[in-house]
Amino acid sequence: MQHLLTTEFLERVEIESILDLAQGFDEVLDRDIPKVPPLRGLTVATLFFEPSTRTRLSFERAAKALSADVMSFSPSTSSLTKGESLKDTALTIQAMGADIMVVRHSAVGAPWRVAQWVDCPVVNAGDGAHQHPTQALLDALTLQQRFGKLDGLRVGIVGDIRHSRVARSNIYCLSTLGASVTLIAPPTLLPLDHSGWPCRVTHDLDEVLGDLDVVYLLRIQMERGGATVFPSLPEYVRRYGLTRNRFARLHPEAVVMHPGPMNRGVEIAPDVADDGRSLVLDQVRAGIAVRMAVLFRLGTGLAGSKP
Amino acid sequence: MTMVIRNGLVFTDHGMIQGDVVIEGSTVVSVGDPPPSDEGAFEIDARGGWVGPGLVDLHVHLREPGQEWKETIETGSRSAVAGGFTAIVAMPNTDPAIDSGHLARFVADRGRQAGLCTVVPSGTISMGRAGLHLSHLDDLWEAGARLFTDDGDTVADGGLLRNAMEYLAGRGGLIAQHAEDPGLARGGHMHEGSVSARLGMRGLPSAAEEVVVARDLALVRLTGCRYHVQHVSSAGTLELIRMAKAEGLPVTAEVAPHTITFDHEIVATMDPDFKMYPPLRTQDDIAALRRGLLDGTIDAVATDHAPHASAECEVPFEEAPRGVIGLETAVGAVLAAVDPTPEILFDRMSVRPARIAGLERQGRAVGEGTPANLVVIDPTASWVADTFQSRSTNSPWKGTNMSGRTLATIHEGQLVHQLART
Repeated sequence: MQHLLTTEFLERVEIESILDLAQGFDEVLDRDIPKVPPLRGLTVATLFFEPSTRTRLSFERAAKALSADVMSFSPSTSSLTKGESLKDTALTIQAMGADIMVVRHSAVGAPWRVAQWVDCPVVNAGDGAHQHPTQALLDALTLQQRFGKLDGLRVGIVGDIRHSRVARSNIYCLSTLGASVTLIAPPTLLPLDHSGWPCRVTHDLDEVLGDLDVVYLLRIQMERGGATVFPSLPEYVRRYGLTRNRFARLHPEAVVMHPGPMNRGVEIAPDVADDGRSLVLDQVRAGIAVRMAVLFRLGTGLAGSKP
Repeated sequence: MTMVIRNGLVFTDHGMIQGDVVIEGSTVVSVGDPPPSDEGAFEIDARGGWVGPGLVDLHVHLREPGQEWKETIETGSRSAVAGGFTAIVAMPNTDPAIDSGHLARFVADRGRQAGLCTVVPSGTISMGRAGLHLSHLDDLWEAGARLFTDDGDTVADGGLLRNAMEYLAGRGGLIAQHAEDPGLARGGHMHEGSVSARLGMRGLPSAAEEVVVARDLALVRLTGCRYHVQHVSSAGTLELIRMAKAEGLPVTAEVAPHTITFDHEIVATMDPDFKMYPPLRTQDDIAALRRGLLDGTIDAVATDHAPHASAECEVPFEEAPRGVIGLETAVGAVLAAVDPTPEILFDRMSVRPARIAGLERQGRAVGEGTPANLVVIDPTASWVADTFQSRSTNSPWKGTNMSGRTLATIHEGQLVHQLART
């Protein structure tokens, strides 16, 4: 693996080997000194052109647990406002000695562009509404830890599919691992043409609710690109919110997931979020282990070549 | 001095004729017959080539005034003649926009100073292309503008467009529309379909173009104004044009070479050289538009030559500027896309666009007494599109092999471009 940019073309064996690695690192995190040395001497640069504290912290925590040094770049502390091109920014960070770049950007494809320009491995930490591969991998790890395997697992992803990189990453990752994915959203939150996607689609949450092992909720915003995509939040909650009533109708083993940050009272009822079958905090923890695995995989080849 | 174009296949009123074209001054003096005495004449070898009227491009962004780092009227003219164009219509979305006569005169003057091809100014429909008030239409007309457009943006206000149409209809002015409903296109970066779904990019549906053209056709019916659809991109728009023409409305249309070459799948490369508005659409659209160009429903090929500096394109696709260059690749692209007969090529790339723009010295079948605005095309020359005369290099054909190229361009009797034959 040269870069990690998308889950779309990841093979099952590749995903499984990352998850195995991550499971090992998860155990490291339980040690008295939760730190191992494999990336000592390497520098992981996080380039977050779109602000995101949690994902950045997770990557930085993962890098430090592998003994890498961390360098942070964000527009608020940079010269981006001076109109520097993405290419110049990427080459500048590379010249400062970055060995791995973690890139988040509000524009689709930005990490692909960076990967074309720099010599080091690039991790996509979220590009527009396109992909966020480590999110899907951490979700897969969370589910594997809970259910043992993903084969045959029935996962419903509910909410703003159209604008969600989390959904796009999970559709490919989870189905590659054998889960059957159903997208549940009003038509305005689904893409016009989703014919090529390995999943089924419905507009009716209540119709499929009882058949799901996993209800994966996405963060909801009413306004998208200056246009209203549904009439009101109460109307959305009425049809698509995971309320207490709906939660009660899930089968007893079913779990709830959310990539965060949650809108309590909108896509997820507050006490559902806090229920023991909500895996939200397990996802956060799995995120560190998965990102350690990804950085390890991309960085170990480099570590050997360092003088 | 006498110039002779030897042994080409010449586009004349009597069909394609094999022979020589003799030019004296800025006029063709004979076609077909061997010249009486050609001693001292300048000769151009056109063996295997097509000789016809210089190409006419209805849609070129020359970026001057205001964005000279992308292109100037001089570098754009050089690019045009390298592509075989002897007349180009300069779009008015410069900075400042060409909304007044003195600005149109500036464009024409700079074109004459460059001295390579005829640079025809067009005027905006609204002041500053803001869509609020009519631009100085009379003033622009006096300065030579015949085509009026807010290109880059749609005239969204139907009332304003109707007034512009009524104002210009009587004197034969032409309204050219960049059809893109602002609400439907909002935030869109590519065609809305299966690829935009996969990439998570906001899309511009074909409907964004079609609703504007449908409305405008109703206004043409109301006002009788000549109306031209710029860069048609969807099969649905093509059908609207077909119906309007059948009804007898004074409607014409153009298509860009990239539109009939690439489909939306290529956007997955994330390469901004494939970003343009209207966006690249589907194979079905491409097939329909190719048929439309061949059957004449689409009157003209227009490049929508839109230069952007390379640094501006070193950004993510969604943040990249819109548009690509196209003058130098147009002939090769059209030959590859629709494999036209020479008659069709010269009709769609010279005769009809010259008529639409009202250019009397352009687009004439080659014959005794016609203006010496000519092009020699080698329809089989193979070459690599790796360097450009344009100041910018944002070409979707960059680095690719092309077949078919301009060998020589003659503007008003002057040889303004000639390719060394190997």
